[in-house]
Amino acid sequence: MPVSLIETLAVMVAKVAVVFGVLLLVAAYMTWVERKVIADMQVRWGPTRVGPFGLLQPIADGIKLFFKEDLIPSQVDRVLFLLAPALSVIPAMIAFAVIPFGGTTTLFGLLPHPITLQITDIDVGVLYVFGITSLGVYGIVLAGWASNNKYSLLGGLRSSAQMISYELSMSMSVVGVLLMVGSLRLSEIVRAQSGVAWWLPILPVPNWFLFSQPLGFIIFFICALAETNRAPFDLPEAETELVAGFHSEYSSMKFAMFFMAEYANMATASAMATTLFLGGPDGPFGPSPVWFVGKVFLLLFIFIWLRASLPRFRYDQLMTFGWKRLLPLTLVNLVITAVVAAVR
Amino acid sequence: MHVPLSAYLFLSAYLFVLGVIGVATRRNALIIFMSVELMLNAVNLSFVAFSRFLDSMDGQIFVFFVMAVATAEAAVGLAIILAIYRNRETVDVAELNLLKW
Amino acid sequence: MSLAHLEPILFAGLALVAAISGLLVVIQRHAIYSALYLILTMGSLAGLYILLEAHFVWAVQVLVYAGAIMVLFLFVIMLLNLPREDVPYARRDFRQILLAGGLASVLLVELVLVLAFRPHAGAAKVLTPGFGTTETVGRLLFTQYLFPFEITSVILLIAIVGALVLAKKHFS
Repeated sequence: MPVSLIETLAVMVAKVAVVFGVLLLVAAYMTWVERKVIADMQVRWGPTRVGPFGLLQPIADGIKLFFKEDLIPSQVDRVLFLLAPALSVIPAMIAFAVIPFGGTTTLFGLLPHPITLQITDIDVGVLYVFGITSLGVYGIVLAGWASNNKYSLLGGLRSSAQMISYELSMSMSVVGVLLMVGSLRLSEIVRAQSGVAWWLPILPVPNWFLFSQPLGFIIFFICALAETNRAPFDLPEAETELVAGFHSEYSSMKFAMFFMAEYANMATASAMATTLFLGGPDGPFGPSPVWFVGKVFLLLFIFIWLRASLPRFRYDQLMTFGWKRLLPLTLVNLVITAVVAAVR
Repeated sequence: MHVPLSAYLFLSAYLFVLGVIGVATRRNALIIFMSVELMLNAVNLSFVAFSRFLDSMDGQIFVFFVMAVATAEAAVGLAIILAIYRNRETVDVAELNLLKW
Repeated sequence: MSLAHLEPILFAGLALVAAISGLLVVIQRHAIYSALYLILTMGSLAGLYILLEAHFVWAVQVLVYAGAIMVLFLFVIMLLNLPREDVPYARRDFRQILLAGGLASVLLVELVLVLAFRPHAGAAKVLTPGFGTTETVGRLLFTQYLFPFEITSVILLIAIVGALVLAKKHFS
């Protein structure tokens, strides 16, 4: 019997609610994970006092930020000042709409029809994600402008120039994967990575694009670091430079929203890298969403690891790296992939 | 109930005329530029609507080229505006009258 | 009640947003609000392209137009840091505005008459499978429209070089 409209809508709303909820939870608890992991690497404790293992720390931080005085300086452009955090958070959240986080399931037979664990599977999934992340620049640029403060403006312009420079290399690094799959649909890309290849007669290796496109993965990950303004590319928001960059005039919940946007962007970038290079929700045994979450957390751990270990790039080094080193490397990757694909 | 082609064309005509008014009325070079982009978008909408209703991909290919050319035009035009601003401290097109008789 | 019934509602909503934000682009005093409303217009047009089964085109619209060209506009507006524009309808421009408005309304009336009284193609034709997909666009671009495609890449190269040369500060 065909799927009724009510059921389709109900399933879609449920998926959106679950994804949105998990994303918010991840964005909040990434602060805890980050502080604990960095503390561990720096041989100190990290948050321990609030709740067992400091687990209630994000909640305490949230309550503190909620009760802080919400200052809006008098000379700012009010509409843009209030709009900018929203414009930062929204693209970070909606980019997750096309990412497959599981296979098809009937929830242990509870549902009459099988549902795919992906909010929507559009034809141009990869382009959609890149388009939405390029919209994330607006929140930062407008925050810098609306604050009516030359440090904020400079921080905002620098940050957005960095983001658009690395967007290009990010998109180009993915073209190798697209050449090998032949489709922009994310579920197709996941499907193309299923199965195993046998490197040695006894060594099964999953068919991921991580192994056939290693350069693409590395470039994508570096560009994701730059896109999300994470170390070592976090000059625009470093505390010791430019006061606090584009969000120096923000306080309370709006400041929290910028940080939530940053962590949500990290989660989205990790999820994209997982889908494109690590096989998405594929796993040899057990439920697929668990594998997906595991891979995403592995990449998030690498994000945090890099922050703890690497010193910051200077701004001109950053731009030189993006334009003069990464972009030619993506072209080289593309040519090699094209030649190999044509030969095959 | 299907949306007729003329609805899309009316919207496209309306946006195009808005762009024309913007170009003819405003003095800020940047806003004039943005009105030109509005006109280009209106034309794109016409192309895509016709492409859908006549089942021909030519319209969408043309839109692709229009977007590429609009990008090039935006880049060069904004560079020109920057150069003008550096020289004359204004982007008011009424002030750029050196070639007037 | 199926999803196809939503099409007129979606069209009405998106067209209304596009129409209102298009109007607001042209009548703002400060260039930055114009830019933001133009982004909104482009976004609603991308939505209309989805309704028109143009999948590649809407993705490129968001990615290139709303995501790159408008960022460029915003950069230039912020770098120039112009003050709020004086009343756009200064007194000495009144005649020009009247003339422009008059001619534009003539154009609009003409377009409306042409569209309303000319017999149309009728109902939408049934689409060939693969209409509007990236694959179809790619195939056409590399076979039938290869020459314009290559010329476009040359145009973009010229634009890059031109923009760099024009915007450079000459330290002579």
